[in-house]
This record gives sequence, C-alpha cells and structure tokens, in this order.
Amino acid sequence: MKHWALDTLTGIRASYGREVRAYFATPLAYVFIAIFLMLLGFFTWEASRFFDTGAADLSPFFYWHPWLYMIFLPALSMRLWADESAGGTAELLLSMPVSITGLAIGKLLAAWTVAAVTLVFTFPMWLTVNYLGDPDNAAILLTYFMSFVMAGAYLAIGAAVSALVNSQVLAYVIGVVVAFVLTAAGWPMVLGAVSGALGPGIGDIVAKFSFLTHFETAERGVLEFRAFLYFLGVIALWVALNVLWVSHRRSAAR
Amino acid sequence: MLELKQLAKSFGDHKAVQSVSFKLDKGEVLGFLGPNGAGKSTTMRMVAGVIEPDQGDVTIAGHSIVSARRHAQRQLGYLPEGAPLYVDMTPVEFLRFMTAAQCMPRSARKPAIERVIADSRIANVAHRRIGNLSKGYRRRVGLAGALLHDPDVLVLDEPTDGLDPIQKRAVRALIARMAPDKAILISTHTLEEVPAMCNRAIIIDRGRVVADGTPESLSRQYPGGLEETFITVAGSPEADVA
Repeated sequence: MKHWALDTLTGIRASYGREVRAYFATPLAYVFIAIFLMLLGFFTWEASRFFDTGAADLSPFFYWHPWLYMIFLPALSMRLWADESAGGTAELLLSMPVSITGLAIGKLLAAWTVAAVTLVFTFPMWLTVNYLGDPDNAAILLTYFMSFVMAGAYLAIGAAVSALVNSQVLAYVIGVVVAFVLTAAGWPMVLGAVSGALGPGIGDIVAKFSFLTHFETAERGVLEFRAFLYFLGVIALWVALNVLWVSHRRSAAR
Repeated sequence: MLELKQLAKSFGDHKAVQSVSFKLDKGEVLGFLGPNGAGKSTTMRMVAGVIEPDQGDVTIAGHSIVSARRHAQRQLGYLPEGAPLYVDMTPVEFLRFMTAAQCMPRSARKPAIERVIADSRIANVAHRRIGNLSKGYRRRVGLAGALLHDPDVLVLDEPTDGLDPIQKRAVRALIARMAPDKAILISTHTLEEVPAMCNRAIIIDRGRVVADGTPESLSRQYPGGLEETFITVAGSPEADVA
C-alpha cells in the first residue's frame, strides 16, 4: 500500500510538471484563458444583462460556467493522452515503471491548474460587484470553489476520452458530447421533456446525474456536501476509466 | 540477463510473433534482423512491457515482465522505433522527466543526467528545443533517456536509422563502450552494421527465429556473406526484404 502510494505520487510529480510546462510553453494555455474570459465576460455582461439585474451578486456570471466548461474544457484535456499516442511517446511511457494512475492524476491536475488560473483571472467580476454593492463574499467564494471542483469533473471526462481515442479532434468531439449529456440532463427544458415522456420518477433520476442540478445549489451560495461528493465521485470514476483505458493498450495495442 | 521464453503475439488472425525463445547474457550485443513485418518491433515491445504477450514470458535480470512488470522495467532501457520524444521540451527537461518516470531516487537524478549528456554527446544542444534538433541529435537524446538509470538490459529499435555515417559511428562507439556490462538487443535494417556492432545475430521471419549465431558464422553459411544468408533464410516471397 505504501509502495503504491509512493509510486502514484512519483507518477503525479513526473506528469504534472511535464504537462503544466507543455500548457504554458505553447500558446495553448494563454489562448484558452483569453478566449474563455472574453466569452464569459460577454455572456455575463450582455446575455445575462448583469447591470439590469439590480442585485450585487455573481449569479449571472456563475450561471454560464457549466455551459462554457462543457465547450472549452474538452479543448484543454483533448491533448493529454491523444498527443502521446500521436507522437509515439505513449510507447515510451508504457515501457517505464511509472504508475499509470499517477500519470493520469498528474495530467488531470495540470489541466485543472490552467482552469484554476482562468478562474483567478475572473477577479474583475468580483471587484465589480463589491464596488457596486455589498455582496455575500463567503457565498461567492463557495461558488467559486464548487465551480473549480466542477471544472475538475469536466476535465476528468475529457482526459479519459483522450485516452480512449488516438485523435485530438475525436477526443474533443466525444468529450463535448459526453459533457453536454451530463450538463443538459439538468436543463429544465430537457428535464421537462424527459419527465413528460417517461414520467417524473425518471426525470428525478436524470436530474440526480446532472452537473447543472448539482451546481445550482452552489450558485445560490449554499454548500451542499452531497453535490461536492458527487463531483468528486465523477472525477474518481473518470480517472479510473482513464487508467483502465491506458492500461488496456498493453493487451490490445498494435 | 534477458530471456525470452516461447513468446507469442497475434493481432486478430495475424500471428505476429510465434514462439520466440532466446537468451542474452552480459556482454552480448545481439543484432535482431528480419524483413519488414517479421515481428521484430512486436517482440521488442513485448520485452519492454509496452504490450502483453498472448503466451510466454520475458525475464529481465530475473524479473518476469508478465508477473513483475515494474521490477523488470526498472532493469531495462528502451529506445522505441523512431525515438519518440516530447518536442516542446529541451533535452535537459526531457531527461529530468525521464528520471522521474523511471522512478529514480532524487539524489541520483542530477548526476545521471550529467553522465548521459556527456556519454551521448548532446551537451551543445542540451538547452535547445527538441523540436528544432536534427534527427541524429534526437536519436541521441532518446538513447540518453534509455541509459539514464544505467539498466542491465538495453533494447534499441533501429538506433541508427536515418543517421549520417558520422552519427552512426558515434552511436556504434557508444554501444561498444557500454557492451561489456550489459545485455543489448538491437534491431537494424543495415546489415553492414551488424559485424561492427554486434557479437551475435538472430534472423526472424514471419514471427519465428530462423537463424541464430555470430555474424561471422551466419556470413559463412552462404556464399555472399550475411546479406545472402539473410535473403535466403528470411526471403519469403511475400516478405518485403529491406
């Protein structure tokens, strides 16, 4: 057990350093952060009419997080394993005694770091509401935290899909589709249709698996431990799938 | 140091490797020859633990690649075909990553990087982006990565492929320097290199070992030397003879 933990930690350190460097050594992270912030700003100010709400809180801002994560985070995670396959370095990794679990966690943490940096750069939104009024900063901080955890869940999905397919484009498309299903499952329009067609019981079950439903309580500034555990569970499940799909290459590869 | 026992691997109906067995001792440099598609790379990938054999086993310094893969891999240095590298890194960054991925103790990492940079003669490009390096330098960076943890067994898939004569000579000299302390398995398409680099050669065809001996003894089997032996024992009609 101790050896397993040490090996995993070694793998995390090795791949985290490499991947963070890869994100920031190329324009990828900077372009991602810039476009994400621009769009988030546009949706918050224009689409949600931030100044017309008359309330000093960030709910028009947080509302867009799941939707933008759904589109953008797979772009961040698509390269994590597909790039290794395309460049042949997957073969190098599989020939080494490093822990695949460690590598998978390290890669996820690296992408998550880029997401965290992006969230930090949204601070002008927070400054604005504090300038305009007297918001509940504890609630805002909590929503930020849950948004960060939710970003990890989107990235874990994208990273695992990237391990399943060898092409970045495919990894992105499948990543977005899976993320869309998990996000839109909680959308009132989808939930209404599902409940209408299959009964309210099924609608409730679908809602239970939705990112939107679990982020909603946090959007109101309420820490629901169940929602936190849900996102952690999603991350653990997809990291496990990631490890399984990478390890599977040993027996299935050509 | 390295033993392959009844190693077999199929991809669908295609039997890529069929019951390959041989032993390699310390000091032996084995040239692994065969036409394209003969099963050389598949065998080497099984030895390196990249793919699992359908049957058989490989032991590296006493550790089974099937039942104790990580222990076996710690004793192995592997240069895959084409020497894949992270092109956005510099050689020093790449080697630093490799020391971590090889699970080397922290205190041993820096001296190991300095040693392989000197041995592989890449000091002058150590801080340049790998993507901007020539094929020869890239191959040497890959080789440096395989040597970092001073493994007992080296598996090098076409280490001189695409190199100019000067670079080939440098790689051959490096292999010759390491040879006394290690068991080295090298695949190559260039038959002329075999007598200069290897003290043993195995020819594989359609997944089976068809000849095993010293380069001299194989050269004597047929008039025309090693090339004639190669073409005769491995020159099946469908084989694309390199």
